[in-house]
Amino acid sequence: MADTTSAKQPLGLQIATAAFILVWLIIAAFPFIWTLWGSFKVELDFFSKEDWTNAITGVRTVQETGNAFTLNGYEGAWIQEDFWRSVINTFLICFFVVCTSLTIGTLGGYALSRTTFRYGFWLLVIALIFRAMPPITLVSGYLLPFFEWGLWGHLSTTIIVLVAINQPFTLWLLHSFFSKIPKDLDESAMVDGCTRWQAFRHVIIPVMWPGVITTGLFSFLLAYNDFAVTAMLLSKENQTMVPKIAGFLGTTQTEGNVMFAVAAVVSATVPLFILVMVFQRQIVSGLTAGAVKG
Amino acid sequence: MKHRSFFFFFLPTALAMVLFIFLPIVSVVMQSMYVQHEQVFVEVENCDIFGCKKERMIDTAATAKLRAEQPLGRFVGFENYFNRSHLATSEIGKIWATTESWSDFVGQLFNLPFYRALAFTLVFTFASTPFIILLGFLIALSVNALHERLKGLVIFFSLLPFVVTQLVGSLILFWMIDARGIVGNSLQFLANDPDLSLKASPTLTWVMLIVYGVWHAAPFAFVIFYAGLQTVPQDTMESAMIDGASRWQRTRFVTIPHITPLITFVALIQLMDNFRVFEPIVGFNASAHATSLSWIIYNDLDGEARLINSAATTSVLTIIGVAILLSPVLVRTWRDWTLKT
Repeated sequence: MADTTSAKQPLGLQIATAAFILVWLIIAAFPFIWTLWGSFKVELDFFSKEDWTNAITGVRTVQETGNAFTLNGYEGAWIQEDFWRSVINTFLICFFVVCTSLTIGTLGGYALSRTTFRYGFWLLVIALIFRAMPPITLVSGYLLPFFEWGLWGHLSTTIIVLVAINQPFTLWLLHSFFSKIPKDLDESAMVDGCTRWQAFRHVIIPVMWPGVITTGLFSFLLAYNDFAVTAMLLSKENQTMVPKIAGFLGTTQTEGNVMFAVAAVVSATVPLFILVMVFQRQIVSGLTAGAVKG
Repeated sequence: MKHRSFFFFFLPTALAMVLFIFLPIVSVVMQSMYVQHEQVFVEVENCDIFGCKKERMIDTAATAKLRAEQPLGRFVGFENYFNRSHLATSEIGKIWATTESWSDFVGQLFNLPFYRALAFTLVFTFASTPFIILLGFLIALSVNALHERLKGLVIFFSLLPFVVTQLVGSLILFWMIDARGIVGNSLQFLANDPDLSLKASPTLTWVMLIVYGVWHAAPFAFVIFYAGLQTVPQDTMESAMIDGASRWQRTRFVTIPHITPLITFVALIQLMDNFRVFEPIVGFNASAHATSLSWIIYNDLDGEARLINSAATTSVLTIIGVAILLSPVLVRTWRDWTLKT
């Protein structure tokens, strides 16, 4: 279909479209490529007063290190500033957030998709309201109780908080996926004598994986990308990558070690890059799941 | 589904949301009505050979004890809401009485931290959302006309600005527009002004943040619209073609009406998300010229002082803002639902 429409397009429009896409691709992708390249240079090249082409050729980098590429930024960030610790923390948090929020979200989303009562609707509306609230507005509510009860600073506390903040969106997404699984499927199992739980366990779980994987990706992204909650609820040694990068800015900008932050930013982007590459279709289907239905 | 089984299936997620979303909201509202205890003073009499003097001193131990016993602090009702850092009613009254012209009044109003933040938050929300929708729609139309093999590649690169952490994304752009970075450097060259700096001027800072917002969220709109374009009814399209509708007319009268619900959806999500704008201000180091509601909450909580009560007050005001923003949607959902039953 696409071929026939493009064939019918007049030449001028075709050129305009292609040019527009090209410009958009440059705007979208070039900053990442540029920063990746620049992260292997020294600061005076990446932020060059004399000539911006220095960032490409690495004149200063050659002068300072003898090679056009240097790992100084990465070494400084990962070893000197203990960035590796934040990487481990981030992946611990993401792993447990995804597992927990999928487990409880699947149960809740399934229940919402199968109930015919009025409260199902209201629960979804409440979830929508929770989804609309900026997470940082909740943080001042957490701090005082967490300090009082000695819960502040731990990875486990943050995991539970992130799971809860994730739930509204997870519920909406899973609700819309489960609604697409025909009701007859589990109902006929129940007619055959299964309990609701058995029907869920043996009939629904085997067919729900595409929706669950997509939802899991979004839980992962939310946990991975969170700044407001993790920055406020984690102690220094438990910090995740994003607050750590923000910390670099405060301390190293003045010392002239911006390259640590550049290297850390590139390190934090690489997993996302791979994620999009592998799961592009699931991300697209997740984004559209809520929308196309209405 | 029976009530009983619904209850058990829904219990874990309900528990998580009640404990970590609903109760914190209650806690935020409560804390917004308290202030931290003032320091306790004691009168100490110091006697020496010249006689006795009474002195007022801070009783550190008693202060710490009082604060530990009543961590909530002292109840003040709605006082927090009307003080200088929030609604600043008395300051506004003063400004109103002393200023002559509207522009003067507005200028002074924006010196108050809450109104400054509110102004930027609203401008950011309502300026970037239309551009996000427009750019997303244009990209979707262009990608739809592309060759099948290229589509995947274009979608991959388009998703990057959206998927990447906001703070990381804004830092990447920030380093490029630095006066010593590639874009900042080129702009200086183009404008023929070696001192041009995007960070120095408030207007340019706002523009820069809005551009970042569009860059970040346009891919989201694009993906939604692109999916919608796949479902445009081909029959209608073909009959429009037979009736001699031009390409523009087909887009205007077939495609756009078909994806109108999606435009509403994207607008709704973007209004919600843009209202919480925060990370870009940290990433762009722009707080001197642009602050947002979320940013002042963060700023109050950050650092040694941890002004929890002040942050809680701003949080409540922000939640009210979100509620106002969301109310048309809720009213519409309610109407749809009552019509259905």
